[in-house]
Amino acid sequence: MGVTGGSAMKRGFNKTVYYIVCILIAIAMFLPFYWSVLTSLKPDDEIFAMPIKWFPDHFTFEHYRKAFTTVPFALYFWNSLVLALAGVLANLFFGSLSGYAFAKLKFRLNKPIFRVLLAAMMIPGIVTMIPTVYVMRHIPFAGGNDFFGSGGNGLMNSFWGIILPGASGTFAVFFMRQFFLTLPSDMMEMARIEGCREFMIFWRIYLPLTKPALATLSIFTFQAGWNGFLWPMIVLNDPDKATIQMGLQAFSYNFQTDYGPMMAGALVAILPILVLFLALQRYFVQGIAFSGIKG
Amino acid sequence: MMKGGSYMASMRKVERHQARTAYLFITPTVLLFAVFTVIPVVMALYLSFTNYDVLSRNDWIGLDNYRRLIDDDLLWKTFRNVFLYSVIFVPLNILISLLLGLLLSRAWRGVKLFRTFYYLPTLTSAVAAATVWIWLLHPEFGLVNGLLSYVGITGPAWLSETRTAMLSIVMLTLWQSVGSNMIIYLAGLQGVPDYLYESARLDGAGKLDCFRFITWPQLRPTTFLVSTMAIIGALQLFDQAFVLTQGGPANVTKTPVYLIYQQGFNQLQMGYASAQAFVLAMAILVFSLINMRISKAEEPVV
Repeated sequence: MGVTGGSAMKRGFNKTVYYIVCILIAIAMFLPFYWSVLTSLKPDDEIFAMPIKWFPDHFTFEHYRKAFTTVPFALYFWNSLVLALAGVLANLFFGSLSGYAFAKLKFRLNKPIFRVLLAAMMIPGIVTMIPTVYVMRHIPFAGGNDFFGSGGNGLMNSFWGIILPGASGTFAVFFMRQFFLTLPSDMMEMARIEGCREFMIFWRIYLPLTKPALATLSIFTFQAGWNGFLWPMIVLNDPDKATIQMGLQAFSYNFQTDYGPMMAGALVAILPILVLFLALQRYFVQGIAFSGIKG
Repeated sequence: MMKGGSYMASMRKVERHQARTAYLFITPTVLLFAVFTVIPVVMALYLSFTNYDVLSRNDWIGLDNYRRLIDDDLLWKTFRNVFLYSVIFVPLNILISLLLGLLLSRAWRGVKLFRTFYYLPTLTSAVAAATVWIWLLHPEFGLVNGLLSYVGITGPAWLSETRTAMLSIVMLTLWQSVGSNMIIYLAGLQGVPDYLYESARLDGAGKLDCFRFITWPQLRPTTFLVSTMAIIGALQLFDQAFVLTQGGPANVTKTPVYLIYQQGFNQLQMGYASAQAFVLAMAILVFSLINMRISKAEEPVV
């Protein structure tokens, strides 16, 4: 009796410690979010007050108004949205098309090409950035270029310069290939016997089965497109074409002490991904686990 | 006989057709890969032997760029900076994500909610996170020094002191990255078969023994994946250094990618910048290989 009571108490104690530790870490992880929300809603005099005001006396949306009026934040938001969505659509289509071919179809160069794609992921982005600018400037017939790729700006300073280089990312191909590999091949053989065309086998039979993988992949590519910074900064010179990350960086650089609007801007830049995450949480976790295990 | 022959012929026809379809399917990917990866890599190699500067010159200068970078103190300083960063960041990243994974691997009530909270920071973009942390680390009114003042410590001016600037970037990037690695570790932990623990417990093994002889060896592939990605990412640090500290103070947070970006796109010395980029690529390759060796050396016990 005494022994079981003691061990039950010990278990209860352990559980309490466990939850306290978990909660403390959760607070630490969440504090920067709370801090920025707090700052974005506090009037200026409460922002610069010590000790910290954990709950503001007054709420104001002034900082949000200021962030959206001093710079065209809404336009940046829209630009980023267009770029991220275009990236998602392109990667879903090309990624699953190639992933299907690498996973399900027999051809002699299957393994070699796939290995080259994977190996190229090791090349740091900065190595290819400089010559890619040259290549894009000289794409024939684009951006006022003639047949020989000179005369205009090519794909520089246009959204295509962001969309095309990332339109069929190796991660998308790899991810979809891994998923197609888990699907059985006998459906394909049945369909062939019945005289179904190869593209239709892919489009009508296999692609609908990959919906969970497509959902996960769209989240990742959206996040990558939305959060991208260095490459858009190199390609887009026109202020009207700037993305939200570029706009936020310029804002925090130019208005270094305006912390209220800065936090408002940062939160607006985080918001779409946050909403996406809360709506599709299941796919996030599955996706990381899936690519992690198989990688 | 006849029938077998025609069957073989029709099989071959199906396979040929299949191969043609496959090549058609991968054409967009391969084409984009050729234009935006293969051609640029070859060009980068060529440019690294020229003095290309966009506007005027593009002469072959042989190994001059590589000779020049041997004496380029700033370049080696950026490499030292990023090595220092990696030496702190990578082990801490693995340690913290593993601990978080172990902590949240049990099926108790509320654990899913904790996972969500730990994962949230990984959703932020580098720019937004760095913007928030600029304010978080404000010497007078920032949250971190505010909290430190509760326990009577006067916090440093994190971003403008040479001692703490890189540490600030380490904290920011850890906050941003441990969540997703925790999920990878959680997936890895699920793959460890229960019977290993059961038989170990029958043999009288304690919790620490179980971790040392079962969990850690079984997680070797996971740790290899996490560490490889962390090393590759750490050596290419840019966004956070650009926004949080702008490479300063006194260049202590300037990274190779930052320097190459400035050399290539601000000063337009693209030939020289390409040579620097190849040195970085080599460094990444070498450290990935070393990491692979270390992981191979610890063969699983079970």
